[in-house]
Amino acid sequence: MSTEITVTVNGTAHPASVEPRLLLAHFLRDVLNLTGTHVGCDTSQCGACTVHLNGEAVKSCTVFAVQADGAEVTTIEGLADGDSYTNVQQGFWDEHGLQCGFCTPGMIMTSEALLKQNPDPSEDEIRAGIAGNYCRCTGYQNIVNAIGAAAKAGS
Amino acid sequence: MVTSNFDYFAPTSVDEATSLLSRYRGEAKVLAGGHSLIPMMKLRLAEPGVLVDIGGIDGLSYIKEEGGGVSIGSMTTYRELATSSVIQANYPLLADASARVADLQVRNRGTIGGSLAHSDPAGDIPAVILAIGGSVVARTRRSSRDINIDRFQVDLLTTALRDNEIITEIKLPALAAGTGTAYSKFHQPASHYAITGVAAVVTVSGGTCTDARVAVTGAGDKATRARRTERILKGKELTQAVIRRAASRAAAEVEDSLNEDIHASAEYRAHLTQVHAGYAIEQAAAAAG
Ligand SMILES: Cc1cc2nc3c(=O)[nH]c(=O)nc-3n(C[C@H](O)[C@H](O)[C@H](O)COP(=O)(O)OP(=O)(O)OC[C@H]3O[C@@H](n4cnc5c(N)ncnc54)[C@H](O)[C@@H]3O)c2cc1C
Ligand code: FES
Ligand code: FES
Repeated sequence: MSTEITVTVNGTAHPASVEPRLLLAHFLRDVLNLTGTHVGCDTSQCGACTVHLNGEAVKSCTVFAVQADGAEVTTIEGLADGDSYTNVQQGFWDEHGLQCGFCTPGMIMTSEALLKQNPDPSEDEIRAGIAGNYCRCTGYQNIVNAIGAAAKAGS
Repeated sequence: MVTSNFDYFAPTSVDEATSLLSRYRGEAKVLAGGHSLIPMMKLRLAEPGVLVDIGGIDGLSYIKEEGGGVSIGSMTTYRELATSSVIQANYPLLADASARVADLQVRNRGTIGGSLAHSDPAGDIPAVILAIGGSVVARTRRSSRDINIDRFQVDLLTTALRDNEIITEIKLPALAAGTGTAYSKFHQPASHYAITGVAAVVTVSGGTCTDARVAVTGAGDKATRARRTERILKGKELTQAVIRRAASRAAAEVEDSLNEDIHASAEYRAHLTQVHAGYAIEQAAAAAG
C-alpha cells in the first residue's frame, strides 16, 4: 500500500507516493536525490543523517517519510544562501572542522539546532550538544572550535 | 535496514486512533516518537502489520497544572519536559532525567508515553515516574482507566497496557512540602541509556523522613521500587549512616532479575545500584532542606 505525502524540503513542496516503510533519510537521498544527508550507522546512533523536521534536529534514519507528511524539512543543501554560508558552515571551514567530511552534514545540522537552543554555549555544552553525532576522524576538537567560532560570529 | 511492510494510518483524533487499534487488534502498534519502535522494526524484532501514528493528533502534547498535581500529555517530548518551567519547579528529577536521555536529536522525538509504554529495562523515565507516583491514563474506543504507576510496569518490555489501549496522559501528584528529588545514573557512554539509574523522592519533616519512594532502572528487567530501601529511610533522620544502610539494600528487589550484558555484569550492576541509590537519596535529602 503506497501513501501519498507532500513534504516541503528546503522550501520546495515535494508530492510523492511512497511505501510507508520508506525512511525519511532514503526519501531525501533516493527519491529527491539530496545526497548531502548521509546514512552512517542506520541504527539511530551516529547522527550523520540529521536534518531539521519543522525546525528541530532529528535523525532521519529513525523517522518514516510518512511521518513527515505536511512538514517542513531542511537538509544541509538548504542552509547556504547562494555563496553565502551560515555561521556554522563558515566556522567548519575556518576552523578545519572536518577531515573526510562524512559526519559533517549531520554535525552541521545538529550544531545549527544547538545554537538556536543555546546561542552562547560553553565548551561542555557544545560537547553535550553533539553527543548524538559521531566523528571517526577529527577527534572532535576542531568541530568544537568550529561551533564556538560560529557562536561568536552570531553574537 | 528496511522494516517489514505495514499499513500506515495517521488518525487525527484519539477516537479515530482507538477505533483503528480495535479494528486491527493484535496486528496494530501505536507509533509515537518512533525511537524505540523503528529501531526494533529495522532489526525485525518487531513486525507489526499496521502502524497507528498518533503524532498527528492535536492535543496530546501538553504540561498542565491541575488539582495540585501536573498532567502531561503522552506525546510530550523529552525536550519539552526538560525545558518546562512547570516540570522544573514541581519535579526537578523529571526535568533533569529528561535532559539526560540520549542526545539532542532523540530528545526531540522520544515521548513520555512511548517511554512508559515501551518499558525498556534501561529507560530513565519509568523509574522517575515510579518514584514520583501517579497514574497512566489509558483509553480504548469505549472506555478510559487510570493505571496506578505501581502496577504499570509488569515485566521486561511489558506493561499493564492492553493492545487496544492508548496512553493519553500521565497524572502526577503534588509533592508534599519538604520533598526533595534526584535522579542519579551511570549511563552507557554511546546511547546514554541507564546501565543503572536510581530515582529518589524523599519528604523530610521536623528532621525526620516521613515519606520516601526510590526506584531503580537499568539493573533488572524493569523499573522497580526499592521498598526495603524506602522502609529503612522512613521515620529516621537522614544521616550519612542511615542513607548508606538504606542504599546498601537498593538492589534487593532486582536481585533475581539482574541484567548481564556487554556493558556490565550482574554483580557490577548490583554494586552500581547501591552507589547510585546513595547519591540519589543524598541529593534528594539535601534538596528537601
Ligand atoms: C540512540 C538512542 C538513544 C536512546 N537513549 C535513551 C536513554 O538514554 N534513556 C532512555 O530512557 N531512552 C533512550 N532511548 C529510547 C527513547 O527514549 C525512546 O524514544 C523511548 O523509549 C520511546 O518513546 P517513543 O515516543 O519514541 O515511542 P515509540 O518508539 O513510538 O513506541 C515505543 C513503544 O510504545 C508504544 N507506544 C508509544 N506511545 C504509546 C502510547 N501513547 N500509547 C500506547 N502505546 C504507545 C509503541 O506501540 C511501541 O511499542 C534512546 C533511543 C535511541 C534511538
Ligand atoms: S545513520 Fe541515522 S543515526 Fe546513524
Ligand atoms: S570528518 Fe570523517 S567522520 Fe568526521
